[in-house]
Amino acid sequence: MSNGRFITLACLVGIALVAASTFVTNEYYVFAAYFVLQYVVLATAWNILGGYVGYVNFGTTAFLAIGLYSAAALNKWLDLPIPVLILIAGLLCGAVGLAMGYLTIRLRGVYFTIATLALSVVVQTFITNWDYVGGSRGLYVMRPTEVPVFGSYVAYLFFLMTVLAVAAVAIARVIERSTFGFGLAAIRDDETAAAASGVPVLRLKLIAAAISGALMGMTGAPLPFYLTYVEPTSSFSLAYTVNSVAMPLVGGTTSWLGPVIGAILLGTMQQAMTVLISSSVNLLVVGVLLVIFVIAAPNGILGLLRSMGGKKTDPETNPLAAMLVTEKRSSQ
Amino acid sequence: MGQSAGLLLDSIVSGILVGGFYAAMAVGISIAFGMLGISNIAHPALILLGSFIAYVLNSQFGFDPILVGALATVPFYFLGTLLYTAYEFAFERRGTQLIRGLAFFFGLLFITEVGLQLIFGVDYRLVEAPYIGPSYNIGPVSLPVRMLIPFLASVLLLVGLQIFFARTFTGRAIMAVAQDKFALQLMGAAPVRIKRIAFGLSTATAAMAGAFLIILQPVEPSMGRDYIGRIFAICVLGGIGSLPGTFIAAVIVGVAESITATFYGPSWSPAIAFGFLLIALVVRPAGLFGRA
Repeated sequence: MSNGRFITLACLVGIALVAASTFVTNEYYVFAAYFVLQYVVLATAWNILGGYVGYVNFGTTAFLAIGLYSAAALNKWLDLPIPVLILIAGLLCGAVGLAMGYLTIRLRGVYFTIATLALSVVVQTFITNWDYVGGSRGLYVMRPTEVPVFGSYVAYLFFLMTVLAVAAVAIARVIERSTFGFGLAAIRDDETAAAASGVPVLRLKLIAAAISGALMGMTGAPLPFYLTYVEPTSSFSLAYTVNSVAMPLVGGTTSWLGPVIGAILLGTMQQAMTVLISSSVNLLVVGVLLVIFVIAAPNGILGLLRSMGGKKTDPETNPLAAMLVTEKRSSQ
Repeated sequence: MGQSAGLLLDSIVSGILVGGFYAAMAVGISIAFGMLGISNIAHPALILLGSFIAYVLNSQFGFDPILVGALATVPFYFLGTLLYTAYEFAFERRGTQLIRGLAFFFGLLFITEVGLQLIFGVDYRLVEAPYIGPSYNIGPVSLPVRMLIPFLASVLLLVGLQIFFARTFTGRAIMAVAQDKFALQLMGAAPVRIKRIAFGLSTATAAMAGAFLIILQPVEPSMGRDYIGRIFAICVLGGIGSLPGTFIAAVIVGVAESITATFYGPSWSPAIAFGFLLIALVVRPAGLFGRA
């Protein structure tokens, strides 16, 4: 399928989702669907760096919270419309992703991971000390009850998150099929070989880190309006991080479809379990699933489906990337 | 002596004491990450597990927390060997340790944290022992015994480990395994077995560090996360895999945090370790005492 057709299809799915949401009378379901879509974006964003390049980011909460709090602060200060806030949050988090990448991604991948873990602690420290957004007491966010065209505010937020989800998936898919994506896969498979074949390793990694960070930040921007009350402890909940790592790994990391499958599956499961059991237990289940999948099904659900279909795939290798590298090698 | 000079001296001393304790927390990572190349980010969660074991045995039976910590090193050692066996089988052998290995340890961290939360709730827990409370005063400097004891015990722990690494065959083999697996095999040691022992040791130190932690301050399950950045900052700063370096780096971080806490407020101190980590990674990834 060409990129154009894929994007058209993705948009149609998005329109169908928004249209369907207008027929739902119980607002809880729209809230739950928003939760799942939010994770589609987060998981896809994580996968652009984690799955395509092989750099593990455990700082999802940091990026999400920067987006969240920048939106909350700007809304309090200037009362900007949410789409503008989303764009600003995206720019800001893209810059943070770029800076983090520039400082640590040149070293072994694991240092980047540790730095992202530490980043969330530091961002939390700053937010807790930032009085304008309420510090540790938190901040109430006022939202208008009525929005033109959409009617309820929840419907408006749902529409925005659908747009973000469609955009994120489309970006991931376009990257996957582009020279940029092949370069990323080559870095993941063998960074030295990629560099030797003329792949601009550092630049590609930095672009991926910036895109990934920007998408995470954009997810955070509508969140204060969804929650209506923000405070540091819950904004920095490890749940966001564990989910955005678990969803791609459970779904499968080599394709855009993996994080989407993972997000829909784990997201729906958590919504159901929060209602039926408790929110601590459902997080425990996510952690257990993550461990089981990385040990027993390293290629996630997609890998399982493929091996059931009889198509043998090498775990870490993208055949296209391997071809690209060999071609370049032989031509030198 | 001026009042602020006294304050400074006092915060330096308490920084050194806390730094010694940080060394006990970081030494496990120094072994696992520095010597074996295993990025066990679940280590702080294991430390918290150690704290809660000390809490349960102290509050139920009145056992001394340090004694509990010392006894718990045995089950923790076996837990560590078990974890390494799983890790080796699932990731190292397949060569997928970077992404999936990290995710594995992250999953463990998360499971431990949420598990402790389900059992103990999010309240702060503390232990009781005769040395928690009293404090010596020398001029403007106060030496709380609850900080002195973990400091001295940490120093003992590190010295003991250093002697083990320098003097015994197994210890030297552990130091060697990171450098040249093949040469190690020629010397008659099996790398996987050696790494299993070393990883067991690394997790065993978490039991001790956990006991020290709960002596120093009340603990709650999600606290481990705050220590991840700090511990790795210390390991990187100290030079990967060097125990004396780890100790000195831990004291430097402890003092820097203590001074920041005294003069700018304690809520800023988590940012200090992160600053150190970034600077260390950017300027000198081999650490202050590492081989460049």
